[in-house]
Parts: sequence; structure tokens; C-alpha cells
Amino acid sequence: MTSGAVITGEQPAEVGGGRTGEPATPVPITLAKALNLGLRSAMAADPKVVVMGEDVGTLGGVFRVTDGLQKEFGEARVIDTPLAESAIIGTAIGLAMRGYRPVCEIQFDGFVYPAFDQIVSQLAKLHYRSGGRIRLPVTIRIPFGGGIGAVEHHSESPEAYFCHTAGLKVVACSNPVDAHHMIQQAIRSDDPIIFLEPKRRYWEKAVVDPRPLGEPSSAETTGLHSSVVVRAGTDATLVGYGPTVRTCLDAAEVSAADDGRSLEVVDLRSLSPLDLGPVLASVRRTGRLVVVHEAPSNVSVSAEVAARVCEQAFYSLEAPVLRVTGFDTPYPPARLEDHYLPDVDRILDAVDRSFGY
Amino acid sequence: MPSVTELMQLLTPTGHRITAASRARTPDPDAPPAAPPDRWTPDRLTPGLPVAGPPVAGPNAGLPSGELTAVDIDLPAYVADLTDDELFGLYRDMVLVRRMDEEATSLQRQGELGLWASLRGQEAAQIGSGRALGPDDMAFPSYREHGVAWCRGVDPAAVLAIFRGVNLGGWDPATHGFALYSIVVGSQTLHATGYAMGMAWDRSAGATIVYFGDGASSEGDVSEAFGWASVYCAPLVFFCQNNHWAISEPTRRQSRIEIFHRAAGFGFPSVRVDGNDVLACLAVSRWALATARAGRGPVLVEAVTYRMGAHTTADDPTRYRSSAELEAWHQRDPLDRMRAHLAARGQLGEERDRHLALEADAFAHELRARCTAMLDPAPTSLFDHVQVTENGLVAEQRSMFAATLEPGDSGTDDRLDREDRLDTGDRHDTGDRHDTGDRHDTGDRLDTGDRLGGRDELGVRDGFGVKGGLVAGGTHVPGGTQIPGGTHVSGGTQIAGGTHVSGEAHVPGEAW
Repeated sequence: MTSGAVITGEQPAEVGGGRTGEPATPVPITLAKALNLGLRSAMAADPKVVVMGEDVGTLGGVFRVTDGLQKEFGEARVIDTPLAESAIIGTAIGLAMRGYRPVCEIQFDGFVYPAFDQIVSQLAKLHYRSGGRIRLPVTIRIPFGGGIGAVEHHSESPEAYFCHTAGLKVVACSNPVDAHHMIQQAIRSDDPIIFLEPKRRYWEKAVVDPRPLGEPSSAETTGLHSSVVVRAGTDATLVGYGPTVRTCLDAAEVSAADDGRSLEVVDLRSLSPLDLGPVLASVRRTGRLVVVHEAPSNVSVSAEVAARVCEQAFYSLEAPVLRVTGFDTPYPPARLEDHYLPDVDRILDAVDRSFGY
Repeated sequence: MPSVTELMQLLTPTGHRITAASRARTPDPDAPPAAPPDRWTPDRLTPGLPVAGPPVAGPNAGLPSGELTAVDIDLPAYVADLTDDELFGLYRDMVLVRRMDEEATSLQRQGELGLWASLRGQEAAQIGSGRALGPDDMAFPSYREHGVAWCRGVDPAAVLAIFRGVNLGGWDPATHGFALYSIVVGSQTLHATGYAMGMAWDRSAGATIVYFGDGASSEGDVSEAFGWASVYCAPLVFFCQNNHWAISEPTRRQSRIEIFHRAAGFGFPSVRVDGNDVLACLAVSRWALATARAGRGPVLVEAVTYRMGAHTTADDPTRYRSSAELEAWHQRDPLDRMRAHLAARGQLGEERDRHLALEADAFAHELRARCTAMLDPAPTSLFDHVQVTENGLVAEQRSMFAATLEPGDSGTDDRLDREDRLDTGDRHDTGDRHDTGDRHDTGDRLDTGDRLGGRDELGVRDGFGVKGGLVAGGTHVPGGTQIPGGTHVSGGTQIAGGTHVSGEAHVPGEAW
């Protein structure tokens, strides 16, 4: 996949999973399509939900996540905005004060920084500042992470900035099923949420129950801020989120085949607040923990997980908590990103080191 | 086509200059709307505007080239309906707000407030625009808009509470049509833009006004707000109080052109008004709000005024501006000018003015009492309202913190600790406040809550302000959109030159 293909949207259209009408046989859909269906359900359920961002309307977003929404819901609810990220968030705050439920798209992770003040000083703090009188149910969707061969500022992992900010919630989906439900849960939340989408997993497919949240036999079972065990194991625990969940699962497969080790994989899903219950339970069984993310290690989500696990499961640990992350460099040129991103080998090296203690 | 010089001759009811410029045809709010005030559609994009020519050299370099069109509106007509009482009410508003400002400054000097941002000198801009607002309108302030807060019925004690450090914003924006103060300058212009867009979508009868200053005009958020409000045709009045100083930096450090000229580049009309003329500010604001309400999009008003005090109580303006400049603006004091105007109309004599001064003193006295009676919030309240749905980490920290508190740490009063923290030095009143019986007995104050009225949700006692008392005695009740009446003021006294006011007229036999 080249970045050119991503940006010009030359992926084949996805099929299946329409909201209305049961498909005769379940058809796997992509993560991007699952988000699209989730957005559609949220907009249909609540007329105050508006989608706003650069190129989200006519074009359907550079990743086509909002494809068809403007046609279905009109230009007043799917708004192509000027190219001004601070204003996308700032006006969303005003709209939320007016009773709307904006879903903002920041086109790429590296473009969120012009909106930093509006997110960190305004959106995150107004509920507190107002003594609870103001509610700002704003969802900020950000495609994040690397691995697509993109140009600079299109591959970053800015989650730690937002996790560090009281008043914000930060979640990351890792697969189509979660994407479909989590986006609807995020939009329904009365708190501002940073919703991180693993852009290199947009085209991964799974069978998704297309029904909106709350409908009978909808697959909604897990709370938005719950972490979940996505592969059971007994020897060591891998923790990832967003794009690295798949990498962790791949590593567990290889480890089982090559080393005969049984690795448990936890998908954090919610980065703020953290739900460490499943992680702690897992560590208490395995005694070994490796945390994996694309963001740099310094003052990162993995640092927080490591600190809290040490506080709460110290006597269960057989080895120090280890981390496999992006390096503490700026995101490198695309031809070097395979060296930068955590991969199966680096994860398994860390597992080996853990067993070396 | 009038020349720029001719444009400068537009006079307000009190004879002051208004300058208006626009590339677009200046909207007439009485004309049928160009598009229904409906949800935004592409049809409501601002129609094509003349393309500006290249910048010209010479004295006008940096000014927009191309044609300027005059405001073809009768500004005096926008205040023609004011009754004598309403005219006096504007003056009374300014007097009370200034008195509040003086009291707050004193309270800061005495350690009762951590900081205060004085509005002195900007009363006319704030009262004039604030009284133009109606019940359906929404105002987004910066942090110096105490006069607008007053007009919106916000309890002055609630404003002081912020600067005392009791809370971060103690009024309900929805109830008052007045958003919380915004300290990151310019950020509120985007909130206002979004709110105004929502108003249009909701077919609200109201409009939004947003306050910012000459310094904030340099912020990127303000330019983004100009652009958005314009392309979405948002019912929004940008009200820039150009008070000449952004802490120590003069307006010329912010912009090479006059601030109001910036609107032309974004495709919407703008007006420059004498910000020390309360009637001019009222007239221009009413016109601008009517334009916005009629669905014609945003307007920029630049009210040229002067921050007569320091930026805040932590500032020392003698380091960057001359006493001669300050004196020149003292000569244009908005209160003196309105007093002279009223006196010349025979509406204000010594007796009435003295009466008002007494009212202001009583108001300030009560404000002081309520301010000093404000209790510190309960310590655990710092964990309240971080999020709508409880965050487990915050809950855990609250619980651990609460376990460390002594039984007496209920947050009612720790004045001694507070004074240590504030390092208030050798304030002579410190001992008094602790030694006098009616001040240092916490229990007494708690037990006699009805002495000053019950505690409201802010932890502030009711006594005046929002719900009655002094505000209700005024002529301008927050919520009145257009004040009915028929008195025409455009024939009113013109203050010579618009700069100097020499005393007031004494009207013999005046009842007051």
C-alpha cells in the first residue's frame, strides 16, 4: 500500500454489511467500512450528531470512512470544513454548547497539533471549569500510526499527549468489530473523546453485526473503556492497542509455533482511563509482561502501564516489565519505518529477554 | 462614492466619529434577508466579492485598496427609542461597574483576590454592547468583560469568585446567555463561531457576540473564526475592544492596518466606533446584531477605547506607557462624557449624581462583604466534574486523598493558611480581619447564612445582583432586546471635539 493510493482513495469499494437488510450470509467488511456503518447508525439514532472535517463530505474522507454519509444525511450534517484544525475543534465546542454532538475528523495524526489548545485547554477543561454545567460530547476521530509508506506527519502516534490531559478520554480500536461498536459508544458518551483509528488496519476485514448499538442481537457486550483478552495464554502477557494488537497476535502465533510458548494478548482499547484489571489478572498468572506500541517510549502509555503493574502486581512479576515501542526519534522517512515500528521479531526478542530473568 | 475622509464624518448621537468600511454592500437589517435564516446550505455562502487590487504605496500602504462603501444606515435611529430613564440607566450601569472594578482592585490589594483584571476605561464599550443584547442572544467574553457580565445578569460576586480562586467559572452560561471567561486569548472566538452556526441551524431568533481585544486579534484562532463565520454565514458579531495595549505591547505591534479593516479580507462588513461613547457603542451593536440576526452573516465591530488601568493587578504600566498618554485618555473618560451628555440634557444634577454615588458605595460595600465571606471549597471538591462519567483513576485519588484529611478539614475556612500562601506581607488589615468578632468566627458565618441571603450554588451568598436588588432597580433589565419608547436622542448634546469634558451641567430644580 502506498500513501498515494491511500490519499487518492483507490481502494476497491467494500461490499456487504449494509445497515438495512440482513445479508444472506455474513460478509466480512473492512475496519473503515465498520466505522462508516457505526457513524451511519449514530447519525440515524440522534439528529444532533454532526460529522465535520476536511474532505469528509463530497469525497467521503481520504480513507472513505465517511463515504456516503453526506449523501444520506445532507450537507448540514456532514460538513466539509475549511482547512483549520483549531477551528474544527473550537467550533465543535460551540456547537456542543448549543446541544449538538459533533464528530470531528482530524485528517491525519500529525495535523492535530494546530488544535492542541482547543483540545487540551478548552475541550478537556470546560466541564470542570463550569462546575459540571457544560457538557461537551465531542468525538475527535484521528487516523493514527504508521506503516503505510506515507510522507511526513502522516504516521504519528500522539496518544500520550491526550492521555496526559485530565478531562479527555482516549480510546483506540484494533479490529472491525470493535471499530463498529466503539465509534457508536464514543459518540453516545457525554465526555470528549479522542478516538484513534489504526490507519494501517483500515483494510483488515472481519464479519461485523451491522445492527446499531442497543438493538437485539447487536454484538455490543464490552464497555468502551474496557480492555479485553484477545488471545488466552499462560506463559507471558503481551499488551497492545490499535495497530499493534495485530502485531502482538502475530507474535503469539509465531511464538507458539517456534518456541512452544503460550502468550496471552490483551487489547487495551481504552488508553485513558486505563482498564488494567485484565492486564493485572493476566500478569498474576503469567508473571511476565511486554507492552507494545508505535509511539516513542518516553513518558508513554507503556510507561504508565509498567508503573501501575509494578505498583499493583509487584510480587507476581518474574521479570521487569519490558516495552517494545517506536524509537525516541521523530517518525522516520517511509523507507525506514519498518525498522522503527515494533514487529514480531522485536516483540519476541523482548519475550526472550523476559524469560532470561 | 464617499471618500474615506467623508466616511470618518459619520457622527454618533453624541457627536463622535464612527468609521465604517466594507467591500461587501453593507447589510441593511430592515431589508428582506438575502436567504432565509435556515440551516446552513451552500446557498448561504457569501456571494462573490470584488477582488482587491494590489496594495498601494504611500500613506495608505497596507490599507485595503478598492472601494469603500459607507454604511447606509441611520445609526442614531438605533438609539432613538431610548427614554430618559434608559439613558440614565446606561450611565448608572457604567458607574456601578466602575465601582465594582474599584472595589475588586482594593480587594486584591488586601489579599482577598489573587488577581484582578480592571475594565476601567472600557465601560462604554461593554455596557453599550452588552445592553444591545436580547434574551435569545449569547455572549462569549474574554476575561475583562465584567461590564458585559453585569448586563447579562451575572452576579458580580460570581465574577470575583474566579479571581479569588474559589472556582473557575461560577455561573451558568445557558441561563445568562453569557459563556465563561476565557483566558487563552482568542480561543473563545471559535466557540462563538460554532455556537452561532448552531443558532442558525436551530433557527434561533438570536445572535452571538464575541469579545476579544487588539492583542487577541493576532491569534490564529481569531483569523480562523473570521474565515469560518464568513463562509458559514454565522450570525455572529465580533466585538473587538481595541484598548491600545496588550499588556505592554501597543496595537501597532499587532497589526499594520486598522483591525476593523481585516474583515474586508474575509468578506464581511466592519465598523469602527468610538468605544468610549456608550450610545455609539449601543447603536452600532444593535445594528450589528440585527444584521447577524437577519441571516446576513458576521460583522466586525472595532470599539476604540483605552485600558486606563494596568493589564491586571500584577502589571506595572508605567514601564511601557507615558503619563501624558494616560492623561489624554482621562480626558475622554466614558463616564465623564455620558455625565456631561446627561447634564446638558437636564437629566443629571448634583443631587441625582450624589444619589447614584451612594448607591454605588452601598453596592460595593455589599460586594466586599460577600466576597470576603466566600468560603474555600471543600478540599475533595477538586475532584468534582473532571468528566461526566466518573474516571476510575480520579475516583481512586479522591478516595486516597479524602482518607488523609483531618475531620476538621471540611474546607470551610483556612484563612491563616491562605494568607501564608498569598504572602500578603505587611497588610495592616490582616489582624483586623482575624480579631474582629464578626469576621473570624467561621461558625457564626455558617450559622447565619440568611444574614446576607442564602448561599447559592456558587458558594456565594445572594444579596443583590442577579435576582433583584440593585439590578432590578435599573432601567435595563437583562433580556430586553429593543427597549421600547420614543424619545429621540439624536438631537442630543454633542460633546465638543469628542475629547474633552469639562465638568457637568447643573440643572436647577431637578428632582434628584
